[in-house]
Amino acid sequence: MQLESMYQEIILDHYRTPHHKGLREPYDVEVHHVNPTCGDEITLRVKLDGDTVTDVSYDSAGCSISQASASVLTDLVIGRDIETGLVAHREFVALMQSKGLVTPDEDVLEDAVAFTGVSKYPARVKCALLSWMAWKDATSQARENMLEPAAGMSPATASPREGSTS
Amino acid sequence: MTDSSYDVELLRKDFPILERRVHDNQALIYLDSANTSQKPRQVLDTLAEFYEQHNSNIHRATHALGEEATAAYEGARLKVASFIGAPDADTVIFTKNSTEALNLVANVMAWGAHGLKPGDEVVVTEMEHHSNIVPWQILCERTGATLRWFGVTDDGRLDVSHIDELINDRTKVVAFVHVSNVLGTLNPVATIVARAHAVGAVVVLDASQSVPQLPVDVAELGIDFAAFTGHKMCGPTGIGVLWGRRELLDELPPFLGGGEMIETVTMQGSTYAGLPHKYEAGTPPIAQAVGLGAAVDYLSNVGMDAVAAHEKQITAYALDALSTVSGLRVLGPTNAVDRGGAISFTLGDVHPHDVAQILDSHGIAVRAGHHCGRPIHQRFGVSASTRASFYLYTTPSEIDALIVGLEKAKRFFG
Repeated sequence: MQLESMYQEIILDHYRTPHHKGLREPYDVEVHHVNPTCGDEITLRVKLDGDTVTDVSYDSAGCSISQASASVLTDLVIGRDIETGLVAHREFVALMQSKGLVTPDEDVLEDAVAFTGVSKYPARVKCALLSWMAWKDATSQARENMLEPAAGMSPATASPREGSTS
Repeated sequence: MTDSSYDVELLRKDFPILERRVHDNQALIYLDSANTSQKPRQVLDTLAEFYEQHNSNIHRATHALGEEATAAYEGARLKVASFIGAPDADTVIFTKNSTEALNLVANVMAWGAHGLKPGDEVVVTEMEHHSNIVPWQILCERTGATLRWFGVTDDGRLDVSHIDELINDRTKVVAFVHVSNVLGTLNPVATIVARAHAVGAVVVLDASQSVPQLPVDVAELGIDFAAFTGHKMCGPTGIGVLWGRRELLDELPPFLGGGEMIETVTMQGSTYAGLPHKYEAGTPPIAQAVGLGAAVDYLSNVGMDAVAAHEKQITAYALDALSTVSGLRVLGPTNAVDRGGAISFTLGDVHPHDVAQILDSHGIAVRAGHHCGRPIHQRFGVSASTRASFYLYTTPSEIDALIVGLEKAKRFFG
């Protein structure tokens, strides 16, 4: 087996030095996702400003694949508009389901193309997707919350937990 | 005590899969037997022969094949009963696995003669497999009873220091694992049975790891129920066993309703068959039961004393070898006393998934994760571990290969 096809140097670099790791404020929504088969966990926060993803921060425990994947994700979505992030999300999910048979679009996925090899290992695909699923969940919740004040929600429940001390 | 007649290389020839080569033609090193054991030719042949020569439904076909299949199925029950020292073969209930056996008991204690009520207590341990935690949590939710548990000491032993408070007049069930699938710990059955019976509680033993590895005599242990599974003891998947004390099985209500478990059925109500059929509704896993019978014959021929001696020897060898790997921390007892052959460990900061992946690339099969024991991992402050587990076909050279693989994993992620 070619271990290097899974453990690309880019993946090991992100694993050893993860980008944007740690939980930060302010944030709109925090989610907690787990991989029940192996116990990997991630707590992920999203801060949006209109259509822009202004921050994604996270705290996670898991294998090199799941850690590197979270790091790569934050590089791809922070500071960009939500739609660009969702396009990358769709592309990444499709790549992970490809069993290594598609050539990823490097313009869209950047460092995430390094995960092509991981898609050949069904047991590890969930590791790679954990943070991406958490990000999509948090982002859609944050967008719903943004719409809610117009629907008559009280400002207290709808306001972002900016500087929350609770 | 080492039996010089125990020839592991000879035994390995009975297991065709151990000839497998994986990933670039490397020899398979199978160290995942606590997950599922491999199957000897004798069991595989029995399965094929059953389907090729005797296949039929049982207890209802008035023809030659029906009689042969019924005799084979009931013959397997007799073999299992004798293997575990059950005084009466009718008290051996075939289930699909240990999980179903434990759920059966937890379900029939929700109502009827021994039904739990608010204020009653169920006691388990922190080192249980999820299959001996969740059914009892559900039972407590259904009945309003309270779940309590034994803790575990830092060296991986059951903490029985508060046993007299924990098991008290309110306790109705004490369910615990004989040999832990995570820590390897062999628990003090006699101590727990004595206290549980002193307060009138029913004792349920999860024997999933012990029946494959040790001579187990249910009558001698003094327990009320035992659950184990065929696939961890050289048998097929899809067949497990619940053994129970006859008076309890007679008094408790039925579990699954359907064919085979009834005496008469009217639209107004039904009466139930006697043991063991009362707890075997529907067509059972017939070939799998027959296969389990063949597995029991196989293990009996090797001799369970010899299997246990080999397990102890290989576990001691592995614990010694693992102690030489820097940064490696064993969860559970670090000597082979009162210990089974499953060794879970962490390796510095390298995640168990990554350890297992590197080992797999060298043909070494281990398990990574929480092994269906999340609470015991939390107890030791980790979310997951790597587990190597052994069986009657495991050799010292396979342990040596594991150690080399672990050093490679450390270098790869270092």
